[in-house]
Amino acid sequence: MQIRIDHVSKAYGDFAAIREVSLTIRKGALVALLGPSGSGKTTLLRVIAGLEHPQQGRVILDGADVTETPVQKRGIGFVFQDYALFEHLSVGDNVAFGLAVRRVPIDEQTSRVRELLARVQLADLAGRMPRELSGGQRQRVALARALAPDPRVLLLDEPFGALDARVRAELRGWLRRLHDELHITSVFVTHDQDEALEVADQLVVLDHGRIEQVGAPAEVLAHPASPFVAEFLGGTHLLRGDVRDGVASFGGLSLPVAGTGPARAFVRVVLENPTRQVGS
Amino acid sequence: MRRTLIGIAIGFFALFLVVPLVVVFATAFRDGVVPYLRAIATPDARAALKLTLVAASIAVPLNIAFGIAAAWAIARFKFPGRRMLVTLIDIPFAVSPVVVGMMFVLLFGAHGYLAGVIHTKIVFAVPGIVLATAFVTIPFVARELIPALEARGPDQELAALTLGATPWQTFWRVTLPGLRWPLAYGAILCTARAIGEFGAVSVVSGHVRGETTTVPLHVEILYNDFQYQAAFAVATLLVMIALATVIVQRVIERSR
Repeated sequence: MQIRIDHVSKAYGDFAAIREVSLTIRKGALVALLGPSGSGKTTLLRVIAGLEHPQQGRVILDGADVTETPVQKRGIGFVFQDYALFEHLSVGDNVAFGLAVRRVPIDEQTSRVRELLARVQLADLAGRMPRELSGGQRQRVALARALAPDPRVLLLDEPFGALDARVRAELRGWLRRLHDELHITSVFVTHDQDEALEVADQLVVLDHGRIEQVGAPAEVLAHPASPFVAEFLGGTHLLRGDVRDGVASFGGLSLPVAGTGPARAFVRVVLENPTRQVGS
Repeated sequence: MRRTLIGIAIGFFALFLVVPLVVVFATAFRDGVVPYLRAIATPDARAALKLTLVAASIAVPLNIAFGIAAAWAIARFKFPGRRMLVTLIDIPFAVSPVVVGMMFVLLFGAHGYLAGVIHTKIVFAVPGIVLATAFVTIPFVARELIPALEARGPDQELAALTLGATPWQTFWRVTLPGLRWPLAYGAILCTARAIGEFGAVSVVSGHVRGETTTVPLHVEILYNDFQYQAAFAVATLLVMIALATVIVQRVIERSR
């Protein structure tokens, strides 16, 4: 499903979480909303889901304006940061929930739950209660549950935030593969640039409630649109210098520029073959 | 040091809890089992038990419904008067039950403010007893549910909505099952108080034997008539209800 955000603003009291944000996400993409805390990335995700109502602007899914459509009717799947599993229901019943409320026949529910649990490699745990699972397992149950009603778009809020480093790395690769198999339009929120660069096809970098840059990871890395983006993606050094006679000099480095006065240059050191460098 | 403390604790417990319990049962069975059963089986005692159960079976469901609605509103929504409502819920705890009873007499009594509006007999009749019982037991369910709902946060409910559940489905399938232990706990405390309430009910009852006496009032009447054995026999019913309440509480605490 294609997602279009058109001049959306949302404030909580005096705090403007997102301001006049416009964005188009193409069908089948895997997009990362990347930014520091307070940048508005989670608010944007919740506005797309219908969990927050914007004060201004429109949300358009596949050409249909859903700004006033309640969350139940948007056909989205949402994975909460703390998973929000139903603690009183077994793993199987958690996954079946979206089917049960639609009154899908029981045998159909059973086969769908079995299929989804197999897909997230939890086929044996259908009878367990959520409190008996590890963090990584809970995350996968939450994902299976969100996928059960066959949503047109999958929204994930800090999907790997609460997990330890090893499980995180494993789940990243796994989300990527899942997306490659299902081709469902997916948007996830993260504050971790490595995570965004590794998993997403498209980055949306946010700061202070505004979009700083949208693009493919390689493109954003190579051509950061603003000092914020360059700094946030990391590995960037700031050099200060002066411009004289059309040449900016930063110590030993000179670059031709227009204008005069003080100058700043952002320099990223790119290693030709990073893995070998790290290994030696 | 430790022995002294344990000794004091056990001594206190024995003096103030065990001894009175033993006295109640000893007096109740003073003349044997047959007089005990006879005291419980008198028409007045049976009427009192029936009225107590009627009042509790109306007051408790009412306050469960109110408690759920109030807790849901307070924990999930922001609205003007929210803090006021939290404070108001506690009023029945803060006000002396006798004052509660007098308030109902003032409102619904023969010369009360609402006497001209409502023509059903409320004070010195069964409706007054039900009202008084319901009033003094208002806080129990809400008080248990508000912190439970606040601690749980709204995410499970939001998750249900994203999965396509209607607000009612979310309530019945997610909110309520998630609250089952605090709800059971509150309902049990509410029931125990509804059965044991004396002060407020005493004022509105009028003490018409066999008609407007609940079990605690019946105990008082027997006691004032110097029928000690019978009074204590009926009192054992209240003691057993109290013990059952404590046991069920423990079971709930252990299983949550």
